Amino acid sequence: MQQQEPETTTLEGGAAAVDQQAERVSFIRRLTRIREFTILMVIVVLIIVLAVLNSTFLSPNNIVSTILSIVMMAIVSVGMTVALVSGGFDLSVGSVMSMSGVVAGSLVLGGMNVWLAVIIGLAASCLSGLITGLFIGKVRINPFIMTLGMQGVIQGVAYVVTQGAPVSVTGVSAGFLYLGQGNLLGIPVLIWILAVIVVVADYLMRRAVVARKVYYIGSNESAAYLSGIRVARAKIWIYIFTAILAGIAGILTLSRFSVASPTAGLGMELQAIAACIIGGASLSGGEGTVFGALLGSVLVGVVDDALVLLNVSVYWQSLVLGCVLIAAVTMDVLTHREKNS
Amino acid sequence: MERAPLLEARKIRKRFPGTLALDGVDLSVLPGEIHAVMGENGAGKSTLLNILTGSLSHDEGQILVKGQEVNFRTPVEARANGLAIVHQELSLFPAVSVMENVLVGRSIARMGLMDRKQMAPLVRSYLSKFDATFGPETIVKNLSVSQQQIVEIVKALVMEADVYIFDEPTSALSVEDAEKLFVVLRQLRQQGKGIIYVSHKFDEIFDLSDRVSVLRDGRLIGTSSVSEVAPEDVIKMMVGRSLDRIYPEKTDHTGKKLMEVTDLNAGVRCHNVSFDLYEGEILGVFGLVGAGRTEIMRALAGIDPKTGGQVVLNGKHLRIRSIQDAISHGIFYLTEDRKQQGLYLKLSIRDDIASVHLEALTKRGFFQTKSASTIATEVMQELRVKASSVNQLINSLSGGNQQKVMIGKWLLRKPRILILDEPTRGIDVGAKAEIHQLLRRLANEGIGVVFISSELPEIVGLSDRVLVIYDGGVAGTLTGGDINDETIMEYASGLHIQELVR
Repeated sequence: MQQQEPETTTLEGGAAAVDQQAERVSFIRRLTRIREFTILMVIVVLIIVLAVLNSTFLSPNNIVSTILSIVMMAIVSVGMTVALVSGGFDLSVGSVMSMSGVVAGSLVLGGMNVWLAVIIGLAASCLSGLITGLFIGKVRINPFIMTLGMQGVIQGVAYVVTQGAPVSVTGVSAGFLYLGQGNLLGIPVLIWILAVIVVVADYLMRRAVVARKVYYIGSNESAAYLSGIRVARAKIWIYIFTAILAGIAGILTLSRFSVASPTAGLGMELQAIAACIIGGASLSGGEGTVFGALLGSVLVGVVDDALVLLNVSVYWQSLVLGCVLIAAVTMDVLTHREKNS
Repeated sequence: MERAPLLEARKIRKRFPGTLALDGVDLSVLPGEIHAVMGENGAGKSTLLNILTGSLSHDEGQILVKGQEVNFRTPVEARANGLAIVHQELSLFPAVSVMENVLVGRSIARMGLMDRKQMAPLVRSYLSKFDATFGPETIVKNLSVSQQQIVEIVKALVMEADVYIFDEPTSALSVEDAEKLFVVLRQLRQQGKGIIYVSHKFDEIFDLSDRVSVLRDGRLIGTSSVSEVAPEDVIKMMVGRSLDRIYPEKTDHTGKKLMEVTDLNAGVRCHNVSFDLYEGEILGVFGLVGAGRTEIMRALAGIDPKTGGQVVLNGKHLRIRSIQDAISHGIFYLTEDRKQQGLYLKLSIRDDIASVHLEALTKRGFFQTKSASTIATEVMQELRVKASSVNQLINSLSGGNQQKVMIGKWLLRKPRILILDEPTRGIDVGAKAEIHQLLRRLANEGIGVVFISSELPEIVGLSDRVLVIYDGGVAGTLTGGDINDETIMEYASGLHIQELVR
């Protein structure tokens, strides 16, 4: 249900040379076939419209706060991209995000060194991903069922650890709080962290051999297996990776608000999947880029922000996000169909 | 005694894109007759049955039921006219009871609810003919394959049709259940029903049937009374053809033994398989559909788990427990299912080829796109793949070129044993010949080439030796003058095994 070129012409997913003779199309036409380019255009148009309607939209403050509002979604989406590219997905990311925050927060509250607590919080996320990956890869349980189950299990852990109440941490080291609250060169550290994660992950997804295996598995799992790729092992790593990124988002949330809530990641799985799909990933696997997922997150953030600035009640957010997702996928299916006919 | 046929097909012609599947085929079934239909894989048997029962339409010709011309557009219409068919593939609903399966589409209902009280005894009466150990209420998925096949047969019997068509009914039946089926068939014959019986098994056909028709390449070669022909005559009718294509010259395989497989066991279709492979030879593997060719080779290549057996390569015992083990020893298996399992249709030629060279293309964990292009270009030139560049999508290549990519991507990994499953299926004549030349060249370079094919002429034309598979085991290994259509078919039909038993 995705565009065929160029994401599929090369695994890099970028604007690689589409075969000239077989595809005699103009440069512009080809550019518009790149999913990222389309979203970028949509975002730019939206921004222009909003800037005209409301002068505060392009103020530095609003830009920063808009980006800040999507940091967690974007980080989780990076992990989700990998799962989607492999042909699976992960519904447990929201729970893992909550769980890693409350585990670390509770340990800090119990007197543990904050960095050690962070490592344990991330390790717990890792373990969750390992279990998910083992069941999906080795036992071959459907990712939908498995991660739905894990969503419940991990959410349960978060509730049990906190007895349902948010954990407020005080007196932790300034270094830890700097991650979520500090500024570097006038820009919030959180945004720097997001930038680093996106740039590194995007580069790895395009170039690393490990990531390439993920694309192979998502493109044709049987062929990947017959090519000698260790599919089960790769899947274990994929779900560990997804869980670690969700865990990082949970830790950063703790740092940002000095509070770990067992519901911090509530609904995050759907937001992240929406961002990835808007950004060009396919539920059938083999397609999707980290950069696309970032753009998808930005689009969602801009739409949310627009609703606020245009004084639309927050209760409309969910409705509008749903419409944007459906619109993105519909557009995709239609262009795909046109191309095939 | 002149009896009017219950079902008659006259000059049936059916064209599929690219092939003439049926070319003027006649077939008739008389009341109280079991009429066997035989032919190689792809001879047109299934097409004919599908046309008779309304699953396919015919381009030319007539079908008459009791002298009346009919034109079925759906299987339902055929059923309404007294034709019942038992298909080769099981088509049951696994989560539902036997009786609901048997009476599917015609459940006996009262006020919208199924009337189990009426359904059960009816179904039970048919099951008792097979001394079935399960009842009408049993859920189908709890049954063995043989029992499910019985349900499939009962589903046809319960229709009380005039003509019953059986497409290889015994391929899934146990020996005991098959015997019971034969009793039922004889009863039906006594009741004056007509039966079309498709099978590969000579003993069944010669025991059971009155007449036998042989199809070959979509033509009816002949219909004769079973009492007037011998199995050997039927085989001749099935395969007799002129070698109309030129194959690369064979070599006399004087090379040393490359691989020795002993008592390989795996799953249900690979029992105690032993064979040798010599350097420089092409070993053809032939077997009728369902004999277990693919299963045996998949087990050898570490794809499906083995339950026993030894593999010796160049004098060394190999432990092949995974596909990676086999690959590391240079044993590559190329699947018959090119599109679903062999290639990444949505990817470019370069990325597809790169998938089996990931280790060589990795530098400090990063993928070397340029080297991948180089390798892909090499494969394309070496095998003369017709494509404009390495960026062209696999999807847009012809079947022959796809096959070349599939073989080519493995060749650069220096195979010692190359196992190709139906390497020429669905590709045009020119590409076929090229692939034949290629296989011969690889064999001459010292690679052990094993190829599975359903096409007898290809097996005969290309193989230095032929391994014939029957019922999950090796029926025989043929060399030299024995590599001919008749002999191979005799072995593939289990004729020799039966003689040994007797």
